[in-house]
Amino acid sequence: MSETRSPARLALARFRARPAAVIGFVVIALLVLMAVAAPLVSPYDPIATSWTAIRKAPSWQHPMGTDENGRDVLSRVVFGARASLLAGVVSVLIAAGIGVPVGLLAGFAGGWVDGVIGRVVDAMLACPFLILAIALAAFLGPALTNVMIAIGVTAAPVFVRVARGATMDAATNEYVEAARATGNPPWRVALRHVLPNIVPPILVQATLAIAAAIIAEASLSFLGLGQQPPAPSWGSMLNSAQRFLTQAPWLAVFPGAAIFLAVLAFNLVGDGLRDALDPRRR
Amino acid sequence: MRGHLAGRLLQVIPTILVVSILVFALQQLMPGDPAVVLAGEERGDPVVLAQIRAELWLDRSIPVQYLHWIGGVLHGDLGFSWRIRQPIAELVMTKLPVTLQLAGMAFVIALCIGVPAGILSATYRNRPLDYIANLIGLAGLSTPNFWLGIMLILLVSVQLGWLPPSGYVPLTEDWRQSLATTIMPAFVLGNAIAAILMRHTRSAMLTALDQDYVRTARAKGLRERTVVLRHAFRNALVPVVTLGALELGTLLSGAVLTEQVFSIPGFGKLVVDAVFNRDYPVVQGVVLVTAGLFILLNLLADVLYVVINPRLRAA
Repeated sequence: MSETRSPARLALARFRARPAAVIGFVVIALLVLMAVAAPLVSPYDPIATSWTAIRKAPSWQHPMGTDENGRDVLSRVVFGARASLLAGVVSVLIAAGIGVPVGLLAGFAGGWVDGVIGRVVDAMLACPFLILAIALAAFLGPALTNVMIAIGVTAAPVFVRVARGATMDAATNEYVEAARATGNPPWRVALRHVLPNIVPPILVQATLAIAAAIIAEASLSFLGLGQQPPAPSWGSMLNSAQRFLTQAPWLAVFPGAAIFLAVLAFNLVGDGLRDALDPRRR
Repeated sequence: MRGHLAGRLLQVIPTILVVSILVFALQQLMPGDPAVVLAGEERGDPVVLAQIRAELWLDRSIPVQYLHWIGGVLHGDLGFSWRIRQPIAELVMTKLPVTLQLAGMAFVIALCIGVPAGILSATYRNRPLDYIANLIGLAGLSTPNFWLGIMLILLVSVQLGWLPPSGYVPLTEDWRQSLATTIMPAFVLGNAIAAILMRHTRSAMLTALDQDYVRTARAKGLRERTVVLRHAFRNALVPVVTLGALELGTLLSGAVLTEQVFSIPGFGKLVVDAVFNRDYPVVQGVVLVTAGLFILLNLLADVLYVVINPRLRAA
């Protein structure tokens, strides 16, 4: 290994050496492409109903069949990727946006600030994740944006913990002490010298959190709290599929498989990143 | 050991206090005026509204409302359901045993799958069996459990006709029927925990297999089976049990959707129905009780850790 390679490049090389992680990355890239280009990719309009094609089994015309309103399931799965990926990414951005600064503050300030933040984090983590998200979404009202807020707020404490731990780790480094000693104000030390060091664990946590957020969005939509009809979402498609399980099983198979694939891909990448960024781990 | 536990107990008190404030704060997020909702037909009558507000202490300041509410909670009074007009504590007590049965069965299933899989995976580290076990574990973690539930109903109930697709029979009524109605949801619920337990077991076993006493045991010429099970596994069990106990909180979360899919009248169904009936006090009560249970389980896990770890017991 040449000495000119930066830690980031080394991590990239380690990541590439893991086939599972690379496959996960490719799947995510394809899903994102599919979501962005949904109008071009999908064969039909996802909300156009057709009374002549109600609950038709998969065929050449409709590879995933049609639903109870005669809508093309493949087109709905393609468009549903938008809701799922958007919810996954936006809620994690909210969670990290709240959690990272708060965690940085707790780890850097210590003392009573850390104590108070620590108790609030403990309290939020004591409420089972999905039950808290459901309660928040219920109090905010059913809508995709509210679901993202509910999941984001509920997931924030984990980011506080990760950021706090990493900050305390980084703060013991000699260059941080040097930066302090040379008279830099605390906020400058925190932002310029500590923050870059806590990026790797945050990145790993964020990737795994997207996987969890996609499941959470699907769960809330399945309960009817998320994306409102007729706009398609994988979770809400499964909700209506449940009523036609005996007559039209394909309605339940494809949206669920899509969730599974997306979540698996993010988990594979998250695991790969963790191993690539922290060589001490097995 | 006693000092350690007392310390933990003291730590728990502020956490419970903050939980109660958070749950109370949920009420402030609530859309609309509760008095108007409760008044129903008589919502136009200011006398009725004033009466309801006085009864619920809604006309006092927020800190006073909190003290009134928490005072009730400490006496086991979680308030009244707006929709069913029943004390929430009573509702919780009738639904909780159903969910606990489900969660208990799920945990046993998770242990039976996750622990042996973790041992095998660690013993055959970096060999095909390890990769396969890890892949299955990751797949288990990535499957939304409501979808797994729907797929199992499709296969086991609709196609094969082996088990009822939904419903619940209490254990006390007919234990066979009770098991028949809960085995599928318990498997669904246990599946994700099995994957987590597998990962914990694998890493604990890898650590244990690296220790000197394992090398000594091998050097003595003991059979590999004995070394793995008697020497390494016994020591790996400590972190597995304690980390596993924490997953019971995950089980409560998962139960919400699983109960929905299989129409089981438990805790999860209670909270979902309450959400749709805009029965906010019930939602609040359920969050408070689950958080309390989770904190209690955490504490139990701590005690368990001390009890099964002889090195800590002596201290």
